[in-house]
Amino acid sequence: MLGDPQGHNDLPRADQRFSLAEKFVIRSLGFYYGRFQALRGINLTIRERQITALIGPSGCGKSTFLRSLNRMNDIIEGARTEGTVLLDEEDIYQPEIDVVALRRRVGMVFQRPNPFPMSIFDNIAFGPRIHGLAPGMELGDLVERSLQRAALWQEVKDKLRESALSLSGGQQQRLCIARVLAVDPEVVLMDEPCSALDPISTLRIEELMDELKESYTIVIVTHNMQQAARVSQETGFFLTGELIEFGPSEMIFTHPHDRRTEAYITGRFG
Amino acid sequence: MTAVRHHHSSVRRARRRLANTLMWVLATLSALAALVPLGFVLYYIAAQGLPALNLDFFTHVPRPVGEPGGGMANAIVGTIILIALASLVGLPIGLLGGIYLAEFGANRFAGIIRFAADVLSGVPSIVIGIFVYALVVVPMHRFSALAGGVALGIMMIPTVMRTSEELIRLVPASLREAALSLGATHPRTVFKVVLLAARAGVVTGVLLAIARIAGETAPLLFTAFGSNLWSARLDQPIASLPVQIFTYAIAPYDNWHAQAWAGALVLVAMILILSAAARYATRGRLRTVL
Amino acid sequence: MTAASTSRGSLRRRGIFGPNLADRAFRLGTFLFASAVLALICLLAYQLVHASRPALRQFGWSFISKSAWDPVHGSFGVLFAIYGTALTSLLALALAVPIGLGAAIFLAELAPRRLRELLSFLIELLAAVPSIVYGLWGVFVLVPVLRPVEVWLGAHLGFLPFFQGAPYGIGVLAASVILSIMVLPYITAVSREVIQAVPVTQREAAYSLGATRWETIRGPVLRAARSGIIGAIILALGRAVGETMAVTMVIGNRAEIPTSFFSPAYTLASLVANEFAEATGELHIAALIGAALVLLVLTIFINAIARLLIWRVTGGHRRVR
Repeated sequence: MLGDPQGHNDLPRADQRFSLAEKFVIRSLGFYYGRFQALRGINLTIRERQITALIGPSGCGKSTFLRSLNRMNDIIEGARTEGTVLLDEEDIYQPEIDVVALRRRVGMVFQRPNPFPMSIFDNIAFGPRIHGLAPGMELGDLVERSLQRAALWQEVKDKLRESALSLSGGQQQRLCIARVLAVDPEVVLMDEPCSALDPISTLRIEELMDELKESYTIVIVTHNMQQAARVSQETGFFLTGELIEFGPSEMIFTHPHDRRTEAYITGRFG
Repeated sequence: MTAVRHHHSSVRRARRRLANTLMWVLATLSALAALVPLGFVLYYIAAQGLPALNLDFFTHVPRPVGEPGGGMANAIVGTIILIALASLVGLPIGLLGGIYLAEFGANRFAGIIRFAADVLSGVPSIVIGIFVYALVVVPMHRFSALAGGVALGIMMIPTVMRTSEELIRLVPASLREAALSLGATHPRTVFKVVLLAARAGVVTGVLLAIARIAGETAPLLFTAFGSNLWSARLDQPIASLPVQIFTYAIAPYDNWHAQAWAGALVLVAMILILSAAARYATRGRLRTVL
Repeated sequence: MTAASTSRGSLRRRGIFGPNLADRAFRLGTFLFASAVLALICLLAYQLVHASRPALRQFGWSFISKSAWDPVHGSFGVLFAIYGTALTSLLALALAVPIGLGAAIFLAELAPRRLRELLSFLIELLAAVPSIVYGLWGVFVLVPVLRPVEVWLGAHLGFLPFFQGAPYGIGVLAASVILSIMVLPYITAVSREVIQAVPVTQREAAYSLGATRWETIRGPVLRAARSGIIGAIILALGRAVGETMAVTMVIGNRAEIPTSFFSPAYTLASLVANEFAEATGELHIAALIGAALVLLVLTIFINAIARLLIWRVTGGHRRVR
């Protein structure tokens, strides 16, 4: 049995864990970039309103998997997906699915903050405007609420018309989070959201994630195992395109079942 | 309430989808529309020019008005002579100037020179023609091939300068350092090593510059002027393909019009061959826009 | 000791023609050639001003504010040519910008890679055709085609002042159409490059918010590419303004301010091209050179603005012309 540095010897309460409904059910998911198979036979269930972390060494496919959940892989030439991804029991890869509506429900925050070259207000308003979520006067309120939910309102409320590019890295990332929240998603996917940020900004975003999980389902890909252990309730370990192990984070990080998971966590590779 | 909202949003969704499709259609149509004139022009050049092309065209000089036959042989030769003259003027300044900018070009004066080259490339060709008229034709009291060559040469300078500078800069520093560390002087390094490495691109730049000036008419109107005779003297007017085409096109004689088309065909063919050769010289390695 | 002095000796320069002199001569030589460009520009400006002085001195500002062209009575004012230049160039842009931008969007965003390369090549081929050939095509192909078009326009839109007058075929409209064809490749090529330069991350951000292709392009992509595209358009304007041969052959060459799209007119460039060879009298020649000077100032001004914009967007070195 591996050491238990934080003394969390008690397992999470069974009723706490399993009372959360299934948001995503993934079965036999495979993904190809042309001839190269990046994902192989992935089976996974993501529960709603909790944080699920995906860890693994570089190139193991965790980001590719994340992008399959909102079909962002569609825009890559030569990409092919097989298997099923059920969002609330609906397969999102069926041909009749409206990808635009899907991406509204399943939002994404990227590794490097990518604000639009517009004002802070216009950045947040972009999504609501195209989806018609807040006509007229309501738009201002929606922008304010989104910025508050992303813990950015106090810092930018006096400069909403200024360019988003004038913000610091950490602020820009919170702006991107606010931008996603503005379209009222159900799921927020985060692809290494803190890897380009300093430790203080990272901490703020982790606190933010903790608040957000009350209302949204969060799936985060991260290189930082301590972060995964800190914030997530369930964790999946990926290795060369396969899901090696998946379970409650405390279990994964303290006594994983698979030898390879253990090797990765103890830093023997990766 | 939710039913109304859902209906509203699906109407909106349909509207967004329509806008997206409309964009696709318009963009595709625009791309096609951009190609239509090209097809149009190339077709007519070929359709009208080919019938008028014969051996006479390439071997005879123009006949006097009203007489059938004749050709543009002197104009073709004249264009070649003018290009040669232009290169004598434009290549040294362009190439050596480009070398200066690449090797010593970090100071403010180099910035001014680059700016001047940019300004020069934007000057309309007719203005350059007027300039050379005042500079060369007036003192010489006559139109001349020399003046035409100077005018075209001046037009070559900015292109050659710019491409040379860019390409010389692209040569990796390691190559230079290898030569210098063997004891080569700066000029020897540049001429023997760097230019050799950059030669494909420099050749491309020169060919593209030549392709551009080969078709120029305006700067020749008041410098080389034009002629219906064989001439290779530098101090006399000389025929050139573009000017000959112009003269024939605005004249009221049908057989001259036909010859004008033939001339246009030959001119466009020349330019396309030069451009193709230019691209071939750097196949895939470098892209210069227009 | 001896070893050191030998090595010191072998390092000493042989004679006065050492490598340092070669380096310095090299630097000086190339410098002189490079400054020839600067000298040429200054000389150009000087010659034009000097040669047009008789006209400028006689007419002053009325040279550009008055419309008159009477070699017999010695009255010259190029306002009509400025009008003609402006009208044909702006109309050409009005035709070329929508199509050019649409084609650029198609190439940058919608076309698969091979098609993009082929089409870009073909559209750039339009730029290789020389002006005189466009003029030839314009006179013999476009103008006859344009005549019935003008008749139709006059019949249906004749209540507008732009579409009145005899449908000769030759005139402002013909010149504008040819100019639009000539500047189209420049607008398309530069806009395409600028649009392609917008980072993928911007598009990803928009898609992930549920935007359609069009909404992504209309929003962040065009917003980021905006200055560059405007620069391309202004650059195209600069080219249109300076075009000579194609315009001369189809514009009708009349020294009057054009009142409709069907009117014959003059541009500054076509005025010089058409009259210079047969100009009589010192004042006439000086006036023509004055027109060339006005044209020069105009194009320098337009190109400066364009380069400023394109430079700013693509962060420095961008080869356009």
